[in-house]
Amino acid sequence: MRTGLLQRRASILPGFGLTFGLTLFMLSLVVLVPLSAVFLRAASLPAGEFAAVALSPRALAAYRLSFGTAALAAALNTVFGLLTAWVLVRYDFPGRRIVSALVDLPFALPTAVAGIALTALYAPNGWLGGALAAWGVKIAFTPLGVVVALIFVGLPFVVRTVEPVLADLGPEVEEAAASLGASRLQAFGRVILPAIAPALLTGAALAFARALGEYGSVIFIAGNLPMRSEIAPLLIVVQLEQFNVGGATAIAVTMLLASFALLLLINGLQVWQRRRMAA
Amino acid sequence: MKTAVTEPRWLRWLLIALALGFLALNLALPLIVVFAEAFRKGADAYLAAIRDPEALTALRLTLTVAAIAVPLNIVFGLAASWAIAKFDFRGKALLVTLIDLPFSVSPVVAGLIYVLLFGMQGWFGPWLRDHDVQIIFAVPGLVLATLFITFPFVARELIPLMEEQGREEEEAALSLGASGWATFRRVTLPNIRWGLLYGVLLCNARAMGEFGAVSVVSGHIRGKTNTLPLHIEILYNEYNFVAAFAVATLLAGLALVTLVVKSFLEWRYAEQLAGHGA
Repeated sequence: MRTGLLQRRASILPGFGLTFGLTLFMLSLVVLVPLSAVFLRAASLPAGEFAAVALSPRALAAYRLSFGTAALAAALNTVFGLLTAWVLVRYDFPGRRIVSALVDLPFALPTAVAGIALTALYAPNGWLGGALAAWGVKIAFTPLGVVVALIFVGLPFVVRTVEPVLADLGPEVEEAAASLGASRLQAFGRVILPAIAPALLTGAALAFARALGEYGSVIFIAGNLPMRSEIAPLLIVVQLEQFNVGGATAIAVTMLLASFALLLLINGLQVWQRRRMAA
Repeated sequence: MKTAVTEPRWLRWLLIALALGFLALNLALPLIVVFAEAFRKGADAYLAAIRDPEALTALRLTLTVAAIAVPLNIVFGLAASWAIAKFDFRGKALLVTLIDLPFSVSPVVAGLIYVLLFGMQGWFGPWLRDHDVQIIFAVPGLVLATLFITFPFVARELIPLMEEQGREEEEAALSLGASGWATFRRVTLPNIRWGLLYGVLLCNARAMGEFGAVSVVSGHIRGKTNTLPLHIEILYNEYNFVAAFAVATLLAGLALVTLVVKSFLEWRYAEQLAGHGA
């Protein structure tokens, strides 16, 4: 038997060479080669030029906004995503099936449509924006608007990751906790929450990763003021529009490194969850 | 429902009300706004907006891009899931991670990578210009960017499904003398058809709705490289709100159809989808 990357167990099924080859070919052509182009391009930039754009005050403000709003949206989605998953799994109420289908809306509705719809809601003359303005709260065209858009795109990740784990959780542990005199709140905090923690964190990380790169739904509602409400992906587009391909590349590489770090974290969380489920 | 331990009635209804309120505010209301704003000036204005020649060109382009990107995705998804689910080899986990990679890349970066390869200042830019081939600011660029964004969709649905189903049925067919192709067509494909449809459905919704990646490579040439989502942006930025929302209803309608078919598949064929019950 050969050793190495392609060492495989003897199987009588045919087509490994063809399908594996085709997979690797298409993956390289569409994903791997183009992605490595960004890194090669960034490596060919003089260090000074790279830092001048990637670490400029405007870029730093954009990262801060992107990370801050993505984190806040992911935190809110974790709370309300868990609440939604709990209600969908544990309780029966009229229209539950429709509500469950609605949760996936952000996966199906194009981001540009979500962007203009949320802006129409929260603009000062909008359905909700008008009433909020009377209270002195401005959402559209401020960083809060970015958070509203990111809540929309990230919500299904938390619900759909937590739901199956919550459904699999047997009643025995909760009954045991109750028979030992634990209150409902104690049972939730000491028994249920630890059991679903890996799934909850995975969902939060997925929502955060998606929010960090999100563009379509944000640019309509953000206002896009440099240093104030300009997200990092938009800054890449701004650099490109100024024909500064090098600058766009520098910011893109910084964002990609953050994405890869998140991907590693998510993989780690999923390994943790599988171990937890197996135990 | 089935737990012996449960919350008091008032708390149950409070939690349900909180969750429904949150979903109504953040999901249902935006959807309703799209239709309300589209019909704000009546049905005539709505019809005029979606019958506009530029809107129709954008619709045609969106359908064209999806018609190329989605089948390529199906080919990739079937090949990848066959290789990964039916065989053991080292580096499998790495391969699955690499297939997932586009999920964690910003759409804007996805567009940028093709500009770096095929744009005027890109690696192949001068060569492409000399040979009169246009990729960026043209349909091939739109297809590539869409393909990148949707790359994992079909494979992600099929890999766990085919892993759950194992290899025995295929091995039996082969040992009874069926050819490899006949085994795939007569045994594997019927087993995975609902999962495949499920993956294709989500892939198609994303392909037709993609904005960021396509925006970077399109160049926004009106009537030429504008897909429906990009056309919405142009109309919106021109303060032509009724027209923008009217075109948006087409995509919102697609999203609703997608959700209905998806829910139907989950309800009717749960056991034949990955991770939706045994």
